[in-house]
Order: sequence, then structure tokens, then C-alpha cells
Amino acid sequence: MTAATVHPPRVLGADVLRVEGLRKSFGGPDVLGGVDLVLREHEVVCLIGASGSGKSTLLRCIDLLEPIDEGRIVIEGEEITGPGVDVDRIRRRIGIVFQAFNLFPHMSVLENVTLAPRQVLRRPRAAAVAEADELLTRFGLADKRDDYPDRLSGGQQQRVAIVRALAMAPDVLLLDEITSALDPELIAEVLNVVRELAAGGMTMIIATHEMGFAREIADRVCFLDRGVILEEGPPEVIFRSPREPRTQQFLQRIIEAGRLQA
Amino acid sequence: MSHQVTAKTRPRSRGRRDGVRATLVAAVSTIVVFGALAAVVVNSPGWPAVQVSFLNGKVFLDSLPAIVRAFGVNVQLFLVAEALILVWALVVAVARSLPGPAFFPLRFLGTIYVDVFRALPGLLVIYILGFGIPGLGLPGVPIEPFFWAIVALVLLYGAYVSEVYRAGIESIHPSQEAAARALGLSRWQSLRFVIVPQAVRRVIPPLLNDFIGLQKDTVLVSYIGVVEIFRQSFIKQAGSFNFTPYLATALVFILVTLPLARLTDWLVARDRRRQARGAAL
Repeated sequence: MTAATVHPPRVLGADVLRVEGLRKSFGGPDVLGGVDLVLREHEVVCLIGASGSGKSTLLRCIDLLEPIDEGRIVIEGEEITGPGVDVDRIRRRIGIVFQAFNLFPHMSVLENVTLAPRQVLRRPRAAAVAEADELLTRFGLADKRDDYPDRLSGGQQQRVAIVRALAMAPDVLLLDEITSALDPELIAEVLNVVRELAAGGMTMIIATHEMGFAREIADRVCFLDRGVILEEGPPEVIFRSPREPRTQQFLQRIIEAGRLQA
Repeated sequence: MSHQVTAKTRPRSRGRRDGVRATLVAAVSTIVVFGALAAVVVNSPGWPAVQVSFLNGKVFLDSLPAIVRAFGVNVQLFLVAEALILVWALVVAVARSLPGPAFFPLRFLGTIYVDVFRALPGLLVIYILGFGIPGLGLPGVPIEPFFWAIVALVLLYGAYVSEVYRAGIESIHPSQEAAARALGLSRWQSLRFVIVPQAVRRVIPPLLNDFIGLQKDTVLVSYIGVVEIFRQSFIKQAGSFNFTPYLATALVFILVTLPLARLTDWLVARDRRRQARGAAL
């Protein structure tokens, strides 16, 4: 893995997502202790940090899968954390892909992908199928469209999960450690999909342990530690000369584990 | 199975010999056990009298056609009740699975219903519905025993089957609902398209088990005057002063239950194999 694969700078648009003073606890100490984060259109932000630092919880809060205790989340000017918000309508604009794929095991690949467009967006069947076929072809899954998830490899399942999220044409895509449950030889095919999405201008927040990938793809890297963003900046700054001692420690351990080249 | 395990670690001929010996031991012990049982029964002081009143070949052949014909009523009861139970129990299970304070009255009603109808002896419910409600003499309310027999069986078995469904719904991992909700599906759509279809597949073996019970309990409605197989065998017994018709009835039930029991076992075994493979279905 070479460090010189940094992409050309992306042209970022307006603010898409703003997280302000987000606090969240599951009854005990704060899992998120006041997070501020701004995401601009076409931007790719990578969340790094140890397990339990709050990366997944932050993504789940943004998708309103967890109720938040304090703070606000604003998407395209609309506060989505206020009372009386139609969460189903908000979630159409945010896609999320989970570590464990969470495909629907009783549905074929095509049914997994077309379920939400048909039931939520009320797309006619033929149109939903045509759009799904286009996405599946684009990501090399056309021959799997009629298979059930248990016939697919982990990498294929995760690519289907990404396509399922994309079928809703979300404004923002959240990727929650999507390669952590995969065998090492299957990681590349999933990361390639994310690279293609980034190149296509998809706005994304990516929680990941793949530091080389984060360095390569991110416009901005946020280091989470004990529920707060301790340090953030362009990847070349965070990975070359981190300011905070805890960031330095974390990266040092990653390098010692052979997961990142110094 | 232990002989198969050891067979792998030993020379082949020795393993085969072990297998033959196991079969032989099983055969001999079966013959000894059943032989002893038969000897006890046949040598009991009342055997000659029992033989005459329960094992009369002529009465058996005479009563069989009427009994088999009457069994058609049980089959009707069973099929109609089963179809209704499958729908009704799912409604109850879903009502009890709806989250949030707004649905509390539905959950509460569902819980009361399930508690009450699991507590009551079946015969009691059949009596109360079959005699009590027609007895009210309300205009427009059916008085046919067959109708109330169906209602009683649906209410009784619906309580059990709704618990089977509910166990199935709760066995679906929360990540499935999270995935559905994250795609923008409403709570109801998640239940309908994601949770319930998986839950139903998972509970088919225990459902079949309950339906074996239902098949047998159709005889209970004979007590409110439905002439079905049990009532018919009683009529035949009373006419011949011989209990052989009951034996014929027992035989009919065994013959129709066996395939269902084997199917249930086969489905359970298939599920176990699938789980061992790690497939989510």
C-alpha cells in the first residue's frame, strides 16, 4: 500500500449535514459527549478511533436509529431531531450500510433492493426493477439478482447492502465499519465500490478501521476518542503529524499492528 | 450412533460387524419387551372379556364405514378452524407485538385473551359457547352447533398459536428491523414485509405440532351435539353393546396423524441442519 494514492481535491458544495452538541448515553456514562460535525455536499469524512469510541453510535444517531439526549442534527436546513418529525421521511434521504450486512434473508437480491423503492417511494414495479438492475450491473452483481443472500459471499452480500441503500438515492450515505465482518480477501471488492461512489460525488461518512483506505479516500478525517471528536483535519495532517497525544498513541498502535505504513 | 463413531477409528470389517450386532441387539430387545407386554395383557384375568368387547372383528367391519364417513365432519371442522386460526392468531400476535404507549389497549386486550383461553379447559369453552350463546335466543345469532364448535376451537387454539407466532416474531434479530427502518419503511411495513414473513417460516414446525392437537380435539365438539367420529362411534357402541368402534376410531386418528407427525419431525430436522450450516433461514 503506497501513501501516494491521495485523490485530487474534490469540489465541495453547500453544507448537507450539521451535527451540533450531540450527546447520547445508554443509561451509563456518555457514549457521545458533545459531538459537532459539518458535512458538505460531495464530501467524504472518515471516522477513526478505537472500538467503543462512539463511531457507530454517531452514525446510528444521525440516521435516527437511536434517540439522542441533547443537541441537534440538521439536514439541508431542516432540523430532524425536533419533536414531531416524520422519521420515515428523513430516513429516505439518508442511507446506512451496517457491519453485519443485515440483508433480508427471505428475499432474493432483487427483492432486497426493490423493497424500499416500491413500498416507500411507491415506484412502479417495472421501474424499480429496471433501476435495481442498472445498479446491480454497475457493481458487478447482475448475475446474482435472483440469488438469496445465503448463497452469496460476505463481500457480495455487503455490495448488495450498498446497492440496496443506493436504490433510495440518498443525499448522504453512512457506512458503519462495512468491512469489519469480512474475510481479508473480500475487503478489496467492497472498498472498490466505495471508491467508485466517492469518485461519483457521493456524500459519505465512513466509520472504518481501514486506515490506509481512510487516508486514501477521505477529504477529512475525524479521530473519535471517548465520545468526542478529539482531532480532525485532512488525512495527510492527521496521519502524518497528529497534534493530540491520544491520536498519536492510537496511530502508533495501528502501525505496530501492521495495519498502516508509517 | 456411538457404534458409527467408533467404526471410523477401527478397521472397516470390524465396524460393519459392530453395525450388524447393534441391529441384532435392537431387534432382540424389541421382541423381548413387546413379547413380555403382550404376555402380561393376554394372561390378565379380564383378557377374555376385553377381547370380546374391544376386539370384535365383525363389529369392527360393520362400524367402520359409518365411522370413516363421520370422520369427514372432523376433517371439515379441522380445515375450517385451521384456516381461521392461522389468520386470527397472527392478528393477535401482531397486536401484542406493537410497540409504544398508543397501542397499550390492544396489547392489554391481547394479553387478557391469551391468558384466559389458555387457562380454560377446552371442553368448558365448547360447552359455554355451544349451549350458552344459542341459549340467549338473540335474533340473528346462529344456533348451529357446528358454527359454535368452530368458534370455540378458533378461540382456544388461537391463543396457543398466537404465542407460537409471537415467539417467532421475537426471535427475529433487531438488526433486521433496524435495516428495514433505515430504508424508510414504517414500523408497520417492517413488520409486514421483513419481520412476519421470516417469523412465520421459523415457526412452521411448532405450528404443525399444535395442529396435531387440534385434529384430535375436534372430537370434543361431540359434546354439543355435532355428530362427528366420536359421537358416531358412541352410537355404534351403544347399538352393538361392544367397544370395538372406539378402537376403529383410534385407528383412524393414528393413521391421519402419523404423516403429519413425521412431516413435523422432518421439518425440525431440516431446520436444525440449516442452523448448523449457519444460514439465517
